[in-house]
Amino acid sequence: MITTTHIKELLSTCMQCGTCTASCPNAFAMDMPPRKLWRLVLMDRTEDIFNSNTFALCSTCYFCTLRCPRGLPLTRAMSLLKEQAFKAKTPGYKKGTAFYGSFMESVRRHGRVRETEFMTLYFMAMKNPLLPLEFTGIGLKLMKKNKVAIQLPSRADGSNLDRLFQKVREIEDRA
Amino acid sequence: MKYIYYPGCSLEESAIEYDGATRALMAELGEELIDIEDWNCCGATAAEPMSELLSFVLPARNIALAEKIKNAGDILVPCSACYLNLKKVMVERDKDENLSHNIDEALAVDDLKIKGTRRVRHLLDVLAHDIGAARIAQGVMNPLKGLKIAPYYGCQCLRPYGGFDDPEEPVTMTGLIEACGADVFPWDSSAVCCGASGMNTKREVSGKLVQKILMDARGADAIVTVCPMCQMNLEGFQKSVARGTSEDLSITVLYLPQLLGLAMGLSEEAVMLHKNLAVADTFLEVL
Ligand code: SF4
Ligand code: SF4
Repeated sequence: MITTTHIKELLSTCMQCGTCTASCPNAFAMDMPPRKLWRLVLMDRTEDIFNSNTFALCSTCYFCTLRCPRGLPLTRAMSLLKEQAFKAKTPGYKKGTAFYGSFMESVRRHGRVRETEFMTLYFMAMKNPLLPLEFTGIGLKLMKKNKVAIQLPSRADGSNLDRLFQKVREIEDRA
Repeated sequence: MKYIYYPGCSLEESAIEYDGATRALMAELGEELIDIEDWNCCGATAAEPMSELLSFVLPARNIALAEKIKNAGDILVPCSACYLNLKKVMVERDKDENLSHNIDEALAVDDLKIKGTRRVRHLLDVLAHDIGAARIAQGVMNPLKGLKIAPYYGCQCLRPYGGFDDPEEPVTMTGLIEACGADVFPWDSSAVCCGASGMNTKREVSGKLVQKILMDARGADAIVTVCPMCQMNLEGFQKSVARGTSEDLSITVLYLPQLLGLAMGLSEEAVMLHKNLAVADTFLEVL
């Protein structure tokens, strides 16, 4: 179930000044400016929030957090919205879910991310046969430089982070 | 002081030259780095959108491991994303008892615990404040005279916590670049965002940010970075973001320790310049 109550609590003193919007390098591409998104969170407009592309476009530059005259943790609020979208698998956040999920799956398996495996998982999760083409340019460059590791790094003892991931989920479910 | 060294995942693969150059430079300066055995991924920018608690527990595990190393000082982190993740644990666990408790509970499955005895330091902070421009200048054998270098700090080594530099108008690279005999290229993009992982998932948007930065850098001989994600975004997509601008946006992009190392007489091999994706021939000729 999607909930935004804990995010609403963080934003309760927002005075709608718009400093966050003015500071955001990605606002030009957002369908709703950050200031307006915070208003919707305060009004519990869950559907509108998760239909918007605004939080997905946050690139965690922390300018809004730095400059908000109320000192609100805005980048964190964006991430908490991503977390909700991730857990509820909302359709608008499919790419983010696939990308971050694939990254963390590789980390769970090996303790460290293996870039090639992570990108393969991402392509598989997106089920879009054209997506890998977007990466051929950068992929070829990395291959030419011998940067796509064949001998993949793992934690020194070769173990995974299964237990740690499980424990984190257990603590979260309890809350 | 001996530093405990946390490289992070990128420095084992796509940013291997950042690792190589950092180790070579610190060795040249006579500073010892101690590796954390069995370190794990810090979660990068990927853990937080999945689980806030996981984004604390992953870096916390590395801090706990670092604290077990005896006779050593601060934790040195070259990657800005890793730096912020590790730093965030230290700052936020002090403010939030419940969080601190949850981190402890999770780490207990690996028999680990954080005491809070080590400071987390970005490589730039260490170079600017522990080593200092004067020591770099003393070691310069190959002054990079006449080169105009654009310092690019990006976001996560500066914000939200700041601490070692101004989070809006950073200056820590100025002295280091000048120590190399080079000139600092004055520009307005030194602390703006490169789009981070958006270059993978939202390229139509992040590409605009990269384009703006590269447009601003026209006239400089090179951009210098202190983060693998910034480096990759600025060096790896120059042709594609130039489309539609009628400008040639190709420019040399290198890591700060590569620049300092070259000025101090380290070879191109030693700082692994052959691994960079964008180094202009004209830049190599000057060296
Ligand atoms: S900067 Fe802060 S107070 Fe102003 S609109 Fe944004 S969140 Fe609200
Ligand atoms: S942290 Fe996110 S929302 Fe805030 S200014 Fe940066 S990109 Fe925009």
